[in-house]
Amino acid sequence: MTTRPTRNANVNVLGLSREDYKGKKSTLCPGCGHDSISNQIVSMAYEQGIEQHRLIKFSGIGCSSKTPAYFLGRSHGFNSLHGRMPSVVTGALMANRELHAIAVSGDGDTGSIGMGQFKHVIRRNVPFVYIIENNGVYGLTKGQFSATADEGQFLKYYGKNHFPAIDLAMEAIIAGATFVARSFSGNAKQVQTLITAALHHKGIAVLDIISPCVTFNNDPASTKSYPYGQEHEISMHEIQLLAPDYVDAKQEIVIDGEAESEYIDVDMHDGTVIRLKDLGRDHDPRSRIQALTVLEQAQRDNVFLTGLVYYEEPRVTLAESDNLVEQGLSTLPAEKLRPSAAALDKLMQAFR
Amino acid sequence: MVVTLPTEHQQSIPQQRLVNDFAFAVATANGSGSQTSNNVLVKTLFDMGIPVNGKNLFPSNIKGLPTWYTIRASKDGYTARRATTEIVVAYNRDTAAEDIANLPKGGVCIIPSDWKWGRTRDDIVWYEVPVKDIMAQTQIETDFRKRVENMTYVGVMASLFNLPMDMIYTALLANFGGKEKPTKMNFNVIELAYQWAQQSLTKQDPFTFEKMDGNVGKILITGNEAAGIGAIFGGVQVVAWYPITPSTSMVDAIISYRHLRRDETGKETVAVVQSEDELSAAGMIIGAGFAGARSLTSTSGPGISLMTEFAGLAYFAEIPCVIWDVTRMGPSTGLPTRTSQADLLSTHFLGHGDTRQIVLLPGKPEEAFEYGWRAFDVAEHMQMPIFVVSDLDLGMNNWMSDPFQYPTEELDRGKVLNAQQLQEFIDKNGKWGRYMDVDGDGIGWRTLPGTDHPMAAWFARGTGHDEMANYSERSDVWLRNMTRLRHKLETARTYLAEKIGPVTDIDTNKKVGIMTFGTNEPAIQEARDLLAREGIETNYMRVRALPLAPSVTEFIRQHERIYVIENNFDGQLNQVIRVDHPEDLTHLVSLALGDGLPMTAQWIYDNVKADKEKQS
Repeated sequence: MTTRPTRNANVNVLGLSREDYKGKKSTLCPGCGHDSISNQIVSMAYEQGIEQHRLIKFSGIGCSSKTPAYFLGRSHGFNSLHGRMPSVVTGALMANRELHAIAVSGDGDTGSIGMGQFKHVIRRNVPFVYIIENNGVYGLTKGQFSATADEGQFLKYYGKNHFPAIDLAMEAIIAGATFVARSFSGNAKQVQTLITAALHHKGIAVLDIISPCVTFNNDPASTKSYPYGQEHEISMHEIQLLAPDYVDAKQEIVIDGEAESEYIDVDMHDGTVIRLKDLGRDHDPRSRIQALTVLEQAQRDNVFLTGLVYYEEPRVTLAESDNLVEQGLSTLPAEKLRPSAAALDKLMQAFR
Repeated sequence: MVVTLPTEHQQSIPQQRLVNDFAFAVATANGSGSQTSNNVLVKTLFDMGIPVNGKNLFPSNIKGLPTWYTIRASKDGYTARRATTEIVVAYNRDTAAEDIANLPKGGVCIIPSDWKWGRTRDDIVWYEVPVKDIMAQTQIETDFRKRVENMTYVGVMASLFNLPMDMIYTALLANFGGKEKPTKMNFNVIELAYQWAQQSLTKQDPFTFEKMDGNVGKILITGNEAAGIGAIFGGVQVVAWYPITPSTSMVDAIISYRHLRRDETGKETVAVVQSEDELSAAGMIIGAGFAGARSLTSTSGPGISLMTEFAGLAYFAEIPCVIWDVTRMGPSTGLPTRTSQADLLSTHFLGHGDTRQIVLLPGKPEEAFEYGWRAFDVAEHMQMPIFVVSDLDLGMNNWMSDPFQYPTEELDRGKVLNAQQLQEFIDKNGKWGRYMDVDGDGIGWRTLPGTDHPMAAWFARGTGHDEMANYSERSDVWLRNMTRLRHKLETARTYLAEKIGPVTDIDTNKKVGIMTFGTNEPAIQEARDLLAREGIETNYMRVRALPLAPSVTEFIRQHERIYVIENNFDGQLNQVIRVDHPEDLTHLVSLALGDGLPMTAQWIYDNVKADKEKQS
């Protein structure tokens, strides 16, 4: 009779259990889409064997922004100000470029009060995972329309929404994002795969995840509701992540006789490959025009397309364009922080 | 009391020779290149060893609006601005009538003869300069002439007031960063004007400059440059900023000198990010402070307003960072290019709820440099945002200064636990929480992101939190936290008093005191001398930080009458003193004048004297 290793079965490469990747107990409404995304972050980090101390969690203000407290309890976290998370991430990652960051925002936090910072952090290409938990509604203040709410939608207390919805994935591409995806919190596998891929990206990765608010915006007629998502979500691709050392298997698959054209292999800078199997939408995320077109078309046809929308070879990151040392600034020793007395004397001569 | 507005004192000028003790104003149009001419004049006087100041009174405009530059030479070392100048260079036709009217009897007007202005006063000396003719003699292209014609008044002044031409050349060369081509082109104009003046003008005024040794060892520098250099020597690591007058040149200085911190591979150890607005700049430095870097932004009043919410977050989440406010006139856009000390209350209380911030108050370049590095030590020691409130006068004008002293203290990184220290902490105290006050000073121990220990993480938040940094809405937890924050501020009060206590000049026999902060010292010291001559002996205290040092209490109690002198409308230091000292302070007299200009000795003297006369 074989003995089953009782302890090691439920630990990852770091010897940690999934439990070690959890945070505090969620205080969101039961059934909230956001909790499902938090769960995928926990699973992803556990399965990937993420070193939690090398990652910082960030958020703004709102229901979604509460969630960093509910995952990765061994990572430092910063629940900052409404709409201002991007600037806080920027500062932290300039202070220590060796760290990774996952930031969670909402459609109000990003699409309204934080639209400026959203656009500018993308433009600067600060490398982190920017998750928008998009439910089209303000939850904490009890059900006002957000800027991503459907045009013409009715809500009990606020009547009709007269304004067009802002497409945050499209905004991200226009601002210069190099990794843009749309997903649905009900599609756990896709969410997890996209977040994993996003963490490998050297640049800003924006994930616009439709994450229903079960309390204020879950009418089947709303495109941000569970019933709607479950019924209408169309994955553009089947996504598979191939690790850098997966080369042989990659070839095997090709040898297996699969037609080459059925796959799009997106090569990431660290050697990871995002393998996309087309599911009939014929979308190549490596084309910016195609990416914008597919979003525009989805909007016109009122279809809910998910998956990797856009991917670009990484542009220069902010730390690179500022020509910073490779080592995190905050880890530099004291002697690197103060020039010599002779340097000051020399400088003073110039002002005599 | 009701303060009097500044008045012009048009005393006649004596006819005997007046050496190294007079002031002149240069009136030009903004953007006409006069800054170079004026810098050269100030630098030449400085190099001659004559104590000098130069104050640029400029408009919020790129080109065309009137601008004045006042230069005061004082053999006795008085470097405050004077409201009246004996000499005017009237090179701006739009303001010439007023500029000429402001001259005292016996004053001097240097004016282009091309305007055919006429001698509109017969009690002053006129020197009419044929600017066009002089410029016509140069080889300079017509298009370019306008930009260098201000050099003509430099040449005329050199001739009239005895400025050595070789020193002017040196000053000009320094101004152009050692580049000979522009130096020679400009100097050629100065020479032609000088020669014309030598041949054509008969000196009719008593003013002259002579070399002396009043500036031995001194440097000439703006406060913003001093602050920027200070930040470099203070180990600044992340700078985020949004351009705003009058703070911009501080970040310019950091950029200019960040090469001093470049590593051997040519990479930077000082990150500089120009943000999309001041909100974002504040967010960036708070993110950087959280991640363990020394971070700084530099702004002015409107930026401070925008940073309010973040300032409250940094106070409450206890994130170190440094915010410089080079103050300009508010409310609102106000007078963007005029000086002010009106952000004292707004910075001290910045943030909604019961926020109380630490404010450092430099009054001269040496202090701008010192607080440039020290502010990081205070921020990391106290785990708070630190506001350094300078002003346009200090920030943008050239000041004579002692060379800066190399920091006398090692970097103070505050209470930070690495993985090993964290374990020791836990072994000793049973657990670690970000906001546990184990030392009784109100300051907790923090860990930085990246610390490899399973218990190192904590969650920074602006929401209510307990000692473990966990979310809490409990009243008792909230009160405990606020009480500790207040206690921390008391720790700061003592700490600041030790490091940068008030500057004082106290003789316990004197019963009249003067209190101030920031850049008013030159005017006050001059006024104190004037008052002493009238038998009004005064003691002096210049506070350099908020919360106020304990010695302020003593000073208040020692005196029968105290004048609180400041460059704002509301008497803000006076108000801060009253917050700390709710007891009856009827002997405190607020002398506050916020008129957009650096303070003058005359105004202080007039108001103190008037009050003393009313009393007796």
